[in-house]
Amino acid sequence: MKEKKSRHLLVHIILLAGSFIMILPFAWMVLTAFKTQNEAIHVPPIIFPSHWDLQTFKNVFDKLPFLAAYKNTIISAIVTVVAQLFMCSMAGYAFGCIKFPGRNVIFVICLSVLMIPSTLFILPQYLMIQKMGLLNTIPALFLPNLFSAYGTFLMRQFFMSLPKELEDAAKLDGCNYFQIFYKIMLPLVKPGLITLAIITVRLAWNDLMWPLVVNPSTDKTTLAAALANLQGQYSTDYPTMMAGSVMAILPLVIMFAVFQKQFIEGIAFTGTKA
Amino acid sequence: MKRRQWMWGYLMIAPVVLGLAVFYIYPFFDTLVNSFKTIGAFNVSKWCGLANYKKLTVDESLWHTLFNTFRYVIFTVPLTIILSLLLAVLLNTKNLKGRGIYRVIYFLPYVTMATAIAAVWKWMFNGDFGLINYILGLFGIKGQQWVTNSAIAPYSIIVVTIWGSLGYNMIILLAGIQGISPTYYEAAEIDGAGVVAKFFNITLPLVTPSLFFILITGLIGAFQIFDTIFMMIGKNTVVLENTQSVVMYFYRNAFDLGNKGYACAIAMLLFVIIMVITLLQMVGQKKWVNYD
Repeated sequence: MKEKKSRHLLVHIILLAGSFIMILPFAWMVLTAFKTQNEAIHVPPIIFPSHWDLQTFKNVFDKLPFLAAYKNTIISAIVTVVAQLFMCSMAGYAFGCIKFPGRNVIFVICLSVLMIPSTLFILPQYLMIQKMGLLNTIPALFLPNLFSAYGTFLMRQFFMSLPKELEDAAKLDGCNYFQIFYKIMLPLVKPGLITLAIITVRLAWNDLMWPLVVNPSTDKTTLAAALANLQGQYSTDYPTMMAGSVMAILPLVIMFAVFQKQFIEGIAFTGTKA
Repeated sequence: MKRRQWMWGYLMIAPVVLGLAVFYIYPFFDTLVNSFKTIGAFNVSKWCGLANYKKLTVDESLWHTLFNTFRYVIFTVPLTIILSLLLAVLLNTKNLKGRGIYRVIYFLPYVTMATAIAAVWKWMFNGDFGLINYILGLFGIKGQQWVTNSAIAPYSIIVVTIWGSLGYNMIILLAGIQGISPTYYEAAEIDGAGVVAKFFNITLPLVTPSLFFILITGLIGAFQIFDTIFMMIGKNTVVLENTQSVVMYFYRNAFDLGNKGYACAIAMLLFVIIMVITLLQMVGQKKWVNYD
């Protein structure tokens, strides 16, 4: 018993020390966001701001079209998630459960996309969007991301783990494949859909290079790129930078706080099934 | 009857397959072809054969960039794996109180954009007013210019990268460890094995599939590091030469310097490097990964 207690104590000491290192940057981000510039650059550092007023946050909206960036990020995230959930689950079901000529070859070709670093896609994607006249528009933000080889692979795995008898029964009832997919199989892969939604929303919200490149105007781009643009002009205005950072990460942090279990279990699952 | 089935199959895969073909498969070949061209203003392109690739061999900035990138990979990947494994083992302690809270705390950086992470760490690393130098000062250690000193900056980026990756890797490894059958440990305990023996003889060998997964994803990710460097270092600083990564160098050539053809050659080089390293790992896995 004593041995277990002292071991637990040691474990907690190490984990707590690590937790402190994990939390410190977040705490410092929030604290700095509420300080004045003078408080922020004071030596030695002042830990708590004297006033917790929201002026810096208002400043961010004044200095940059941050509200527009917020809107763009939300739209991009929602459209991307909905599109991927629908298209990838439909294709995942077909690849996993319907037999048709060339199925395996086409699937392998789609998978090969995963082997290629995203750097190799971005320039032609940019040129395509430019040719379509969609540079600096909101659709440009999400258009290429609507299609995911990984999402298709993930959903296929989920569908293939379902028992075949359900499909056979539905076929006897005269359902076509789409009806089987939509009414019977889809509701059974909710964990897969949730995992895919989490991975997709994170990418849509946090990605930097694509929005930066395709929508250079801050009022047309996402929060990640807006934050990069904010730094361009206000790199030494630390409270403003921190306020912008807090607001950029807040929605996803809140989502994570509410759906912790789904986030962590979903991600853990992707590691075990690979 | 069968034709009906085929029709549904093709119909249901069509949106994704067409989208991937247009936005991914075609672009891959487009980048490949463009690497043999010079593309100037107004996207006017001219075939130039192997000129871009010849330039790769003599471009000092590129070689420096490759060195920087390999340095990032060599430091971040092993350290992240070791630390994440340690954390996962600790977190797996039987009857640990607060396991859920620890998981959330360590996983938080995963949902946070790298841009924001880089912004706050850049601020904490600030040479004059930053928190890090103040804390070091309390222990009598001299403060450094963590982001503006060419020699130190790469290591600051390494620290930030590891910090941001621990939670994700820890969760993957924890799931792998929790999948190990308890009977192994029970048998070991009967034989009188201690904590360390159990770790090296049971946990480590049986968690190798998860280790392999985070090794591959870690390597592929580390070679493509961009966001953190872009935010912490910026585009026109003295420190750039010593810190920029291959993807950052690609970005600058493609979108700042107008060398789109050359950028494509850089991208192809990155592709080859990642392919070779991934293949080496795939072949090597037989030697150390235990699948049951």
